[in-house]
Amino acid sequence: MKDSANAALYESQTKIYPREVSGRFQNLRATAVVALLGLYYLLPWLRWNGRQAVLFDLPARKFHLFWLTLWPQDLIYLTALLITAALSLFFFTTLFGRVWCGYACPQTVWTEVFIWMERWTEGDRRKRMKMDQAPWSLDKARRKTAKQFFWVMFSLFTGLTFVGYFTPIAELSGKVATASLSGWESFWIFFYSAATYGNAGFMREQVCKYMCPYARFQSAMFDRDTLIVAYDENRGEPRGGRRRSTDPAKAGLGDCIDCHKCVQVCPTGIDIRKGLQYECIACAACVDVCNEVMDNMGYEPGLIRYATENSVVGKTSHIARPRVFVYAALLLAVISLTGFSLATRTPLGLDIIRDRNSLYRVVDGGRIENVYSLRIINMDNEAHTLAVAVTGSVEMSVETEPATLTVDAGTIEAVAARISAPADVQAGGQDISIRIYTADGKLSVEEPARFMAPAR
Amino acid sequence: MSSGWSWFIIILTLANIAGCWWLLRRYSGQRPGEPGADETMGHVWDGDLREYNQPLPLWWMMLFYLTIFFGIAYIILYPALGNYKGVLGWTQTGQYENELQQARNRYSAIYDRLAELSFDELAADEQAMGIGHRLFVINCSVCHGSDARGAPTFPNLTDADWLYGGEPDAILTSILKGRAGMMPPMGATMDDQTIDNVVQYVLSLSGKDHDSAAAAAGKPMFATCSACHGLDGRGNQSLGAPNLTDDVWLYGSDAARIREGIVNGRANRMPAHEDLLGPERSRIMAAYIYQLSHERAP
Repeated sequence: MKDSANAALYESQTKIYPREVSGRFQNLRATAVVALLGLYYLLPWLRWNGRQAVLFDLPARKFHLFWLTLWPQDLIYLTALLITAALSLFFFTTLFGRVWCGYACPQTVWTEVFIWMERWTEGDRRKRMKMDQAPWSLDKARRKTAKQFFWVMFSLFTGLTFVGYFTPIAELSGKVATASLSGWESFWIFFYSAATYGNAGFMREQVCKYMCPYARFQSAMFDRDTLIVAYDENRGEPRGGRRRSTDPAKAGLGDCIDCHKCVQVCPTGIDIRKGLQYECIACAACVDVCNEVMDNMGYEPGLIRYATENSVVGKTSHIARPRVFVYAALLLAVISLTGFSLATRTPLGLDIIRDRNSLYRVVDGGRIENVYSLRIINMDNEAHTLAVAVTGSVEMSVETEPATLTVDAGTIEAVAARISAPADVQAGGQDISIRIYTADGKLSVEEPARFMAPAR
Repeated sequence: MSSGWSWFIIILTLANIAGCWWLLRRYSGQRPGEPGADETMGHVWDGDLREYNQPLPLWWMMLFYLTIFFGIAYIILYPALGNYKGVLGWTQTGQYENELQQARNRYSAIYDRLAELSFDELAADEQAMGIGHRLFVINCSVCHGSDARGAPTFPNLTDADWLYGGEPDAILTSILKGRAGMMPPMGATMDDQTIDNVVQYVLSLSGKDHDSAAAAAGKPMFATCSACHGLDGRGNQSLGAPNLTDDVWLYGSDAARIREGIVNGRANRMPAHEDLLGPERSRIMAAYIYQLSHERAP
């Protein structure tokens, strides 16, 4: 704590040396790290029908997701994804608190890997603290270099993989091997490598504490029935050191032996015994370490445990709360609507642009002709041959140029369409609709248009 | 920019940067209020409400300094201070020219190959016709229609009737130099009855329903018209005078429209595209227009 007379608006960061823990929740976290990172690093290498299975092709403005190819016209699905993500966050936060932070957030996951590397090269918490205090030596230099080497290589690999989601990763890796990357590819690889290195190597809990909006607004989603990492104050206090043989009841002590291990393991450097704090990412490192201590002391585990604020003070907690049902219902609605929409999505688009130079023209036999430019978008993964039909108040015929419309997979074809109606068509304007369809009738899109005829 | 404004901007910009620097120096070390007894900011409201000091991390403040250094570097490199041009000499037009040159380099190979081809070869070349179609959609379709079949007052480009000639060279000239069509107003030279007679004669030329007596009466007056439209009314492509004997009518084929044309004259204009398209693309364009009608012509 700073001396109050010199209290500054800015303070330099104190480095946190999280102590190594093992236990049930840490095993779970390690599993999550391996699974999520495995997913991240392997996904771009999957192939689907001769192309990269997951590829966000920005220059071509096409997002490939396995069997699905999304076009800019499908931007609504991004909205759906974001709404789903937000609602999931609300839902899971209400039920389980900050499980996202502790187990799945990229910041936590990569930081965890970086800490593993730190441990391999520099040793445990005590050694690391001692080494940072010690003057430079050959051993220190060797260990620090080894750590930096692992960090940098892992960051570069991460950066390369990230760019591999946006440009075919097989080609990209080939270019890395032959040192023939383009300027922008190199820039983004280094940019994301540097971001990984900085965030997971140095910023760490600073990101959670100062940058992450979720850490700040999750309190709005918390209530007394939300699952948190809690210290059982009734049981633990008064805290104090004692021998193993001492009977705490006789010594007037609670179960907390004040060993400070829960503080030492904390990756954000807080003391969980002070109660719920916004810095807590619910990683449960303190739960695991405290259980170990309780076990050694021969006490019951769970002095620090996943609990709700209600349960920790002995009240009943309720899982079924109104907000849980509201979030669940909204989430279910958005997911099922999106799923339905994706399943019934027609990978065919039609834009009709009426020629602006003239309202109509009168051709042989007095027929009235209007001209349109049709932009046919084939968002499917195969070519389609399409026919055009028109519906209006009277029998109308449509002629396109070229006469047969074959649109290759993933392309846009612009064709001119002449629609003609008999001379006695309704004067002025009328609404018509133009439909394009495949011969087998499986794909069909209909769009409205205006047909103009001379006033009589 | 006058030097007064230039100095105004220079002073304003530098004063802002200096002000940011001063603000950071002034308030980063000391808290603004009176020192409190504990970790509060020293402000007290309503007797007991205090503001807790939650110091920001130091790196956060360093980011502020970083923006100042970035700003200074930017000002040195780019034209950000009044009339000062910047070390890099960057300009918007320079960037535009640069990108234009890059595009030219990229596409020159294609145009170099196409420049070697004759009109007939171009018309048969898939790539050239692809370019032609896109150029047509962008530059021509706004008047001639998406299907090139024209509109009232804008000629149909897919038929065999040409005002100025349908050979590739004539089409190219129309594209490059444009055309100004002009039918002089003749209303003042004739009385109403005579005009009606001429209208009937013109209708008779293309075999439309007409009053033969009136047409016969109007025929002598057509001598004036024949100076441009020819004695037989078949027009003159070197003048852009339309053929009156076919069924193609730019302004409509009923008596009222024809009368309007005779009385008030007509003026029509095809704009020149030489500066817009350039010679290479104009040639491709001409070949594209040429094949529109010659592919269809039996």
